[in-house]
Formats: sequence, C-alpha cells, structure tokens
Amino acid sequence: MNSILSNTSYFGIVMSLLAYWIAVQIRKKLPYPIFNPLLISAGIIIGVLYIGDIDFETYNASAKFITSLLTPATVCLAIPLYKQSQILMKHLSAIIVSLLCGCLAGMLSVGILCMILKADQTLLFSLLPKSITTAIAIDVSKLIGGNPTITVGIVIITGIFGAMISKTVCQLLRIYHPVAIGLAIGNSSHAIGTAKAIEFGEIEGAMSSLSIVIAGIFTVIFAPIIANLFI
Amino acid sequence: MKYIQQFLIIMIISFLGELLTLLPLPIPASVYGLLILLISLFTGIIKLKDVEDVADWLILIMPILFVPSTVSLMNVTEELVANLIVIIIVLIVGTVVVMGVTGKVAQAMILRKEKQHE
Repeated sequence: MNSILSNTSYFGIVMSLLAYWIAVQIRKKLPYPIFNPLLISAGIIIGVLYIGDIDFETYNASAKFITSLLTPATVCLAIPLYKQSQILMKHLSAIIVSLLCGCLAGMLSVGILCMILKADQTLLFSLLPKSITTAIAIDVSKLIGGNPTITVGIVIITGIFGAMISKTVCQLLRIYHPVAIGLAIGNSSHAIGTAKAIEFGEIEGAMSSLSIVIAGIFTVIFAPIIANLFI
Repeated sequence: MKYIQQFLIIMIISFLGELLTLLPLPIPASVYGLLILLISLFTGIIKLKDVEDVADWLILIMPILFVPSTVSLMNVTEELVANLIVIIIVLIVGTVVVMGVTGKVAQAMILRKEKQHE
C-alpha cells in the first residue's frame, strides 16, 4: 500500500479534504462540541492510515502542502485586526492586562498541578507553553528545557480542546462581551481557537488573532521565570 | 489577475517573515508576517482591497490547514500515553484557567470603563 500511495501526488490532500468534509457532515447532524471537525477528521485519517498500514510520511508527502498554507493564513489574521483597530485602541489597557493575567495564571496552574501530581521536570517544561502558537511554543520549550515533540502534541490538543469548550466556558462564567470572548479564546487556544472565534463574530476573531501575538510574547518573557520557580 | 496579485502579496509577506526568522529571536515566520501586513495596512503601503479576497478565503479554510499537524500526533502517541493522566488534568484545568481568567479580567475592566463614561 505504501509503495503505491507514496508515488501519488494527491493522496494526502484528498484524504485531508475528504476527512474534513465528512467531519463537517457529522457535525451538522450532531452539533455537539465533542464532534469538533478537526478532531474527527484527524481521527478518521489516523484510523485509515492505521488500518491500511500506511506511514505518516506517505500521507504527509502531499498533505504537507496544506500545512504550508498555514503561515500565509496566519499572516492574513492581520486583516480582521486592522479592521477592528478602533476597538483595539479603545480597550488597549483591558486587553494587555487580561492577556498578561491569563498567561501568568495559566502557567502557574500548570506548574502547581505538575508539582502536586509529581510530574518530572521535563514534562512540566514541555507543558508550560501549551497555550501559545506551535512555532513559538517549540522555541520556548527548547529554551526552558522541555521536550519540543511533546510540546507540539500538547499545543495542538490544547487548541482543539479550547475550541471545543469555549462556548460552554464563556456561558458558564458569564463572559458575554465580544472583546472578552475573543481574548479568552485566543489566549487559551491560539490559532486553532481563533479559527473557532471567527465563527463567533468579527470582533471575537480579531481579538483572538491579537491574543496569539501578545500571548506569544508574554510567554517568551515569563516562561523562563515561572520555570525557575518550579526547579 | 486580481487574485494572483493578492496571493502574490500575501506570499511575499510570508517569505519576508520566513527570512526574518534568521534573527536570533523566538518569533515564528507567521507572527513576523502578521506584523508586517498590519504595519503595511496602517501605513497605507498595502490597501485592504489589495489582499482582502484571498485573505478572507485563507482565513475561511484555516481549520482545514491544521489537519495534517493534528494527524502528526500519531508520531508522539508513546510520549503522550506515558504521561496521560498528568497531561489530561493539566490540559483541562490549565485551559479553563487561562480562558476564565482572561475573559473575566477583560470583561470586568471593559465594563468598569464603560460605566465611568456614562
């Protein structure tokens, strides 16, 4: 199977689009957060690869072209941000303070939980940058002595989980202001959450995009300091 | 032609962002690119209509772009399963804490400011 498929140029792309399409159809029939299209489509593909005994590399030979559009797509998040720049300036202090509080509270909670659960230090350092965008998280993880491979996995799962629970958490905690919703989603679940926040509305999407950048910067600055507290 | 031009601009910015990663800072190409585009829009070097159609499409399909990275989790199952319980607890609590604290602090500050202005 590998030898046939690894000679094709489109297997990974067809697989990804088809699985996502199926996942969206499932989501339409069963509109619950657990049926997150990204989670379901990845599950379908992993299942197919496993059953067909196909290597990840065979799939990724063409699927990597989909991934390569991720940087340009993230660049384009500047546009909702630009369109909402008045709101950004109006709420600047609230935005900065809330993102900083969220970042610090998140990292401290990770550190304290790891201490209580007696997790080893490498795991703690791999988990600290879990709420920021993958590329920055890898660098932070290396910087403080984590395992970047674990970090990448955790970052993606955090993103999907954050997107899944965002609506419920905001309802339960009575977070209803669109700026606050956007910041909450972006700060906790980076770009994957932002893709979800855009569904909430343009302001939510813009604030979530902004959070990716600012949360990344805060984490780069404060992760080494927090990491030191738990050595 | 319009779409080619828009796609070209977005790709040039992504490429510039990629080149900037040669600087010794832990900042990824996408964040550099986002900042370049934002500054270009504010300074008027790039107009919204020069990029908007293709940009909207890219943002629209963004969730699909994460599919291959998510599938790549199958390569780290061993590392994740070895620490499953710690990871699950930290993931759930950590994510809710960040979301709750950020949202609540932001909302409280915004509402207080709006009250002062009344």
